[in-house]
Amino acid sequence: MRRLLFLLPLLLLVVLAVGVGTKLLSGSDPQALPSALIDKPLPTFDLAALPGRSDGLASSDFGGAPMLLNVFASWCVPCLAEHPVITRLGREDGISVLAINYKDKPEDALAWLKRNGDPYRRIGADSEGRTAIDLGVYGVPETFVIDKAGRIRYRHPGPLTPDIVDREIRPLLAELAK
Amino acid sequence: MIPEIGHYALILALLLAVIQASLPLWGAARRHPGLMAIAEPAATLQLAAIGIAFAALTWAYVVSDFSVAVVAGNSLSVKPMLYKVTGVWGNHEGSMLLWVLILALFGASVALFGGNLPPTLKARVLAVQGMIGAGFLAFIILTSNPFLRLDPAPIDGRDMNPLLQDPGLAFHPPFLYLGYVGFSMAFSFAVAALIEGRIDPAWARWVRPWTLAAWSFLTVGIALGSYWAYYELGWGGWWFWDPVENASLMPWLSGTALLHSALVVEKRDALKSWTVLLAILTFGLSLVGTFLVRSGIITSVHAFAVDPERGVFILLLLAITVGGAFTLYALRAPRLKLGGVFAPISREGALVLNNLLICTATVTVFIGTLYPLLDKTVSVGKPYYQLTFVPLMAPVVAVMVIAPLMAWKRGDLPGVLGRLKFAAVGTVVLILAAAWLQGGGPVLALLGFGFGVWVVLGAATEIAERVRLFRIPLRDSLSRAVGLPRSAWGTAFAHAGLGIALLGMIGSSYWSTERLVLARPGDRIDLAAGYAVEFDGVTAGQGPNYETRLGDLKLLRDGGFVTDLAPEKRFYPVARMPTSEVAIHTTLTGDIYVALGEEQADGRWSLRLYHHPLVPWIWGGALVMAFGGALSLSDRRLRIGAPRRAAVPAVGSPA
Amino acid sequence: MTWRSVLAALLLALAVAAPAGAIEPQEQLTDPALEARARTLGQELRCLVCQNESIDDSNADLARDLRRIVRERLTAGDTDDQVVGFITARYGDYVLLRPPLRPGTLVLWFGPVVLLFAAIALLILRRRRRPAEAPPLSPEENQRLARLLDEESAP
Repeated sequence: MRRLLFLLPLLLLVVLAVGVGTKLLSGSDPQALPSALIDKPLPTFDLAALPGRSDGLASSDFGGAPMLLNVFASWCVPCLAEHPVITRLGREDGISVLAINYKDKPEDALAWLKRNGDPYRRIGADSEGRTAIDLGVYGVPETFVIDKAGRIRYRHPGPLTPDIVDREIRPLLAELAK
Repeated sequence: MIPEIGHYALILALLLAVIQASLPLWGAARRHPGLMAIAEPAATLQLAAIGIAFAALTWAYVVSDFSVAVVAGNSLSVKPMLYKVTGVWGNHEGSMLLWVLILALFGASVALFGGNLPPTLKARVLAVQGMIGAGFLAFIILTSNPFLRLDPAPIDGRDMNPLLQDPGLAFHPPFLYLGYVGFSMAFSFAVAALIEGRIDPAWARWVRPWTLAAWSFLTVGIALGSYWAYYELGWGGWWFWDPVENASLMPWLSGTALLHSALVVEKRDALKSWTVLLAILTFGLSLVGTFLVRSGIITSVHAFAVDPERGVFILLLLAITVGGAFTLYALRAPRLKLGGVFAPISREGALVLNNLLICTATVTVFIGTLYPLLDKTVSVGKPYYQLTFVPLMAPVVAVMVIAPLMAWKRGDLPGVLGRLKFAAVGTVVLILAAAWLQGGGPVLALLGFGFGVWVVLGAATEIAERVRLFRIPLRDSLSRAVGLPRSAWGTAFAHAGLGIALLGMIGSSYWSTERLVLARPGDRIDLAAGYAVEFDGVTAGQGPNYETRLGDLKLLRDGGFVTDLAPEKRFYPVARMPTSEVAIHTTLTGDIYVALGEEQADGRWSLRLYHHPLVPWIWGGALVMAFGGALSLSDRRLRIGAPRRAAVPAVGSPA
Repeated sequence: MTWRSVLAALLLALAVAAPAGAIEPQEQLTDPALEARARTLGQELRCLVCQNESIDDSNADLARDLRRIVRERLTAGDTDDQVVGFITARYGDYVLLRPPLRPGTLVLWFGPVVLLFAAIALLILRRRRRPAEAPPLSPEENQRLARLLDEESAP
């Protein structure tokens, strides 16, 4: 019994080291937080269009087919970095990318889209950031996957990379399309 | 050229460390004096080699040699010289070099000043120290080499994070590392003793000075970090329960328990296996801190930007070092002789209680820090620690006054409490005074205040008891006081220092006044304790590597002018970072703290004004604690080893 | 009185007059009681951008937005629980600086204390099992013992 007690520190160390080690190697980003809205319906919102456009974005625009929701801003550097990936996704058949323009000056956003390309089916202007808060957004960019029933199934905080698109998003979209 | 010399010196150091780690250990097992004697020169040369490497790196920064990658990544030609030098350890690679430098420094110190250590123990201690050094030198050379070159060299560097360009950076990491890494000595002693198979009061006597030195340094290091956060972050907070802050607190707590535990081994030959475990644990916690900051597993303003690969390397080093020690512990500790018996109510008993509580507090901080890393749905912040850590430390603080007055082996609690009655009365009186001054004050604040006063008065009682104050003529008391061993004074100061720091924490946490205002030039804002601030406008200016908006304020007290205050809002163009420099006026009883906010559309400026009562006592108290530690260290009795055992007369000689 | 409001009261006692770092003057509510509640709640909510400061202490935009939302909801008449619930519904329990009491967090809240009591229990048991103190040894016996132990514990 006494022997066992002396072994305890070593055992605890091994357990902790293995636990922390696996966490490290899993490659998860320490800044990434799980969304509280997974499997919940998209919160109701209705955002106006950017000036000069007729689209706007509402929660009712989702559903019927799996879609991507991308939150971006013209002042956000990683958004620019991920934009080619988003553009490629948006131009593909069968994938719709809808966007929320977060806390942006409308003229800046329009200029950014003109300069970098506009792959979005619809864009809603969230100048106060309220809708983003309802979605649990804590930084830009963020990308959500919404299913046929209008429920949030996945949220990626930070810029999308081709690796993440291939590993997480495409398989999920394929599954949700069934 | 010089960076290459540094690079070679580093590799040489690794080879020396490997030699230091292996041959003396073998020599000790074989009782071969020649092999054991290799340890000392190996340790000294290792220090010299790393010293050369460090000097080479410093040179590269001083001359702004941007062909060295870390210099290009972290320095700027127009950066002030002080920050060029302190920038050496302002990034991952350089700070690791500082880490191994200090490790080698402690090893060489034992080699040079450990003359009274038995040869086998000394050889083993240096060997273990060498093993640690070898591991971390390998880590540096393989994954974090500061001497990598850039070709072609950029014209100028990318500047250092403006938050780090501060005098605080000059001292905070070195002191912190002297503490953290200094605990490696206690670790080496513990492992060496486990290998030898013997822990005795002499061992404790050798361990204590090294642990005390490391503890004192760490106290100063933590205090500096806290003070730096206080004036850098813009509103007067001094502790955030940030994972990296916790990583420095844990070895400090465990080191405190170790110091007290080693005392019991030394005086009463008891608590041996616990002391050894604490020695291993304390350095283990230091390594955990090193790991957390560099692995990329946490987000924190303190974290270096490193990748998981390095993190895994450090984790392995940690696992092997601490795991090896724990394995040895599991094998050898059960065989240690059980020591002196003592009653539960005794000084040993009080120290055991003290250790239990401190260790539980350490576990609390550990779980609070690590849990969110493993379960991302939960987070742990200040409210958690206030509900768990504080209630655990409260009894520690209460008991720490009683323990020094208790006798060893069997204590007389009613007698001790009787001797503390003046301290108790004094505490109540001062609590009432504080309540009256603050107009009530939250109950918890008064309670905390009472604890702080209790500790300070208790420390005074310690000394008063020793000199038999008021029980013998005053002159005799005075001469006794002068003749008291320094470690007695050291203990009293260290304990009192904690009390003073506690008072500072209470004052600034509960009795602060805050004024958030929008002001126009000419406005006058009342603050607290008779202070008022007059706002005279903001002017634009330029620094060596930044632009600034300088606020012009006057501090008044009861209408009279006290001093000018000049808070700033700076912008560093190369790093593209704004910072806010607060203006602080420090007095013995508190701080006036002013931060400049943003300019509003209507031309008014937002100002944040604070009065933080007693806040300088936090750092003052920490300095007093460290002073107490230094005082104890200077006690000659502590530095001379136990007297050599007298030669045993032959069996059969008359009794 | 719910568990949360008891704790809130306790924390109010702990946190009242604690300075809060990043709040701009114009953010404050005019009603001091509501502002005090906003401060208490603010100290409980984590800024997700800086990830180690409360929303009261953080300079980040998101922190400012959340502070504004807290104050709006308080002005609209929500209870403290409802305000916190509003935010956790969107951001999860992670936004709470004080981890909720859940089966998963029992280790967090009670682990250390349980360990403490286990250690104390162990010590008491060990002491009971220890044999009675033997009569002291004579000087020669002490010397012999020392010599024997030296030999025995030498590696």
